[in-house]
Amino acid sequence: MRHIISILVENEPGALSRVVDLFAARAYNIETLTVAPTEDPSLSRMTIVSKGSDDVIEQITKHLNRLIDVVKVVDLVEHPYIERELMLIKVRAVGKEREEMKRMADIFRGRIIDVTEKTYTIELTGDSRKCDAFIEALDSESILETVRTGSSGISRGDRILKV
Amino acid sequence: MEITGAEIVIRCLHEEQVEHIFGYPGGAVLYIYDEIYKQKKFQHVLVRHEQAAVHAADAYARCTEKVGVCLVTSGPGVTNAVTGIATAFMDSIPMVILTGQVPTHAIGLDAFQECDTVGITRPCVKHNFLVKDVRDLATTIKKAFYLARTGRPGPVLVDIPKDITRDRCKFDYPKEISMRSYNPVIKGHSGQIKKAVQLMLSAERPMIYTGGGIILGNASPVLRELVDLLGYPCTNTLMGLGAYPATNEKFLGMPGMHGTYECNMAMQNCDVLVGIGARFDDRVIGNPKHFAQNPRKIIHVDIDPSSISKRVKVDLPIVGDVTEVMREMIALIKESIAAGHGTNKKALGHWWEQIAGWRTKKCLAYDQGPDVIKPQYVVEKLWEVTKGEAFITSDVGQHQMFAAQFYKFDYPRRWINSGGLGTMGVGLPYAMGVKLAHPDADVACVTGEGSIQMCIQELSTCQQYRLPVKVINLNNRYLGMVRQWQEIEYESRYAESYMDSLPDFVKLTEAYGHVGMQITKPSDVEPALREAFKMKDRLVFMDFITDREENVWPMIQTGKGLSEMLLGSEDL
Repeated sequence: MRHIISILVENEPGALSRVVDLFAARAYNIETLTVAPTEDPSLSRMTIVSKGSDDVIEQITKHLNRLIDVVKVVDLVEHPYIERELMLIKVRAVGKEREEMKRMADIFRGRIIDVTEKTYTIELTGDSRKCDAFIEALDSESILETVRTGSSGISRGDRILKV
Repeated sequence: MEITGAEIVIRCLHEEQVEHIFGYPGGAVLYIYDEIYKQKKFQHVLVRHEQAAVHAADAYARCTEKVGVCLVTSGPGVTNAVTGIATAFMDSIPMVILTGQVPTHAIGLDAFQECDTVGITRPCVKHNFLVKDVRDLATTIKKAFYLARTGRPGPVLVDIPKDITRDRCKFDYPKEISMRSYNPVIKGHSGQIKKAVQLMLSAERPMIYTGGGIILGNASPVLRELVDLLGYPCTNTLMGLGAYPATNEKFLGMPGMHGTYECNMAMQNCDVLVGIGARFDDRVIGNPKHFAQNPRKIIHVDIDPSSISKRVKVDLPIVGDVTEVMREMIALIKESIAAGHGTNKKALGHWWEQIAGWRTKKCLAYDQGPDVIKPQYVVEKLWEVTKGEAFITSDVGQHQMFAAQFYKFDYPRRWINSGGLGTMGVGLPYAMGVKLAHPDADVACVTGEGSIQMCIQELSTCQQYRLPVKVINLNNRYLGMVRQWQEIEYESRYAESYMDSLPDFVKLTEAYGHVGMQITKPSDVEPALREAFKMKDRLVFMDFITDREENVWPMIQTGKGLSEMLLGSEDL
């Protein structure tokens, strides 16, 4: 099952390595990983999307908690949550494709943020399934380049992850 | 007043009341060594190889309740130390490793004797630090000691660039330290403890299984009280030997791959298994699928949540300090007994009868004939001669298992071995660390001709510091455990497990300035041991020429279950 693990970690050199090394050393899987400092510059917030049975995810969270730099760990999927990912996708846009591309971007609520005679660069946010769906919807020939941030997640409602 | 980083290191060690450190100098740590030269509060022990410094400090921690400390230089000093650090990490030993680093301005430029110490050691330490500002040095060392000794203990490394040891600042050693990201749970969940006690008291076939956590948590007295109060059978893992007296009737021997028949059968057939400070290691429970075939309720007490339900699904987890949790259990059990709800005496009687039946197998029996020395016999005699009170270190292999099976440890922290990583070569440096901590005690290193040669250079350190340990070399001219596996699983194809061109250990020992003995006859074993232990101020290397192809029985082959033991060659 797909899990979204949110981690508050000390914003120290090497903290990211410790987390990533843990996944590698214990053969846990990382689908995506995002990290950036929070409003408190001494803390970073990490979101890791991982697949595994409940037992494996339980071990992952326990081992993450064991890392000295890790302050808090939650598995977002245990409660309602929101997940967003940013994708930048550069597509071929020549001739009648140009209009079609614009329409597709609109349907997916994407924005064209860079234009050349032959290309569009589209910015798209949504959960990872939406980004997947957009790629699916396009003719694979027309995709020149994609870059995705990986998922960031946050709990819905009053639930907060804070020190 | 401002002092240098090197002086700060020394002052920190004084504040921590360190009495011995083990190390080896080199370019990056020379300012620190200069300060060591100027002080008298702790003794520095100069080893012959950095690996031995870490092992000795590790053993020093294992046989006391202190944090072991060692100091090595950058680059090769660190890489040599890695085996020692990983060894300590696997067995959760509290240690602080101070390492030199090239100056901060040279880091990352492939400087002479530079390596990424923090990167290399990250997977085998509890935590590590690179100090980039002398003003952080004292707090970092304080954190290192705090992390090493609290929670689930472990080695913590502090990497100190050379310029930091020369820079100056005011010295201020924090009295207390708190880290928002590190709060080990000490007190167990009361509700869980209550449920556990009910389950324990209702058990018909109970078994108490404890590991290294009891030793590390200084919980042996409380464990004894708990076991004696309940009257339940008890086992200690390889890491936990001595937690409960091995000479007590309630002790069923060690569990696992080379554990006793009665213990493994009890582990497999019990209805309530109480695991305390143990981690259901692969060498202890064998194949988890086979282990799960017999239904039983499992209670697991451990300070580290990640140890719980890792290999075996647990019914009643309790996270907490083992002493605290057992104390609470004892109080509840006493209350329950006072209220007339004690243990199930009738069922327990049947259970003990069943165990007595398993005991009649005499799974550790061996036949000491008149001609060839059996390794088991040497260990039994060692136990007799030292009245069971010596500190025993071992290396890794058959001799380690014989020592664990035949030296009946009645006290905690007397059995010092590498259980998790299984590091050959630890025995002699371990003995050095123990002897420094307990100069008046008998210290023996049970080893083999393979393992001892992995750190034999330390005979020189023993001479320099007058460490009169006794080396019990069970010399079968084979890498015994490898040979045993090859015999059993590889149709006796003894690939590279034969030790040719062995040194003359007697002459070698004498060359280092010690006493060497070679013992070839069974009748000489005991007199030789007595003679050796009489030489209180000499290191004696006893080269016992033992039965070449003796195997360690019982044995559970890899992938097999606890009740699928081989009891001897006839089972092959």
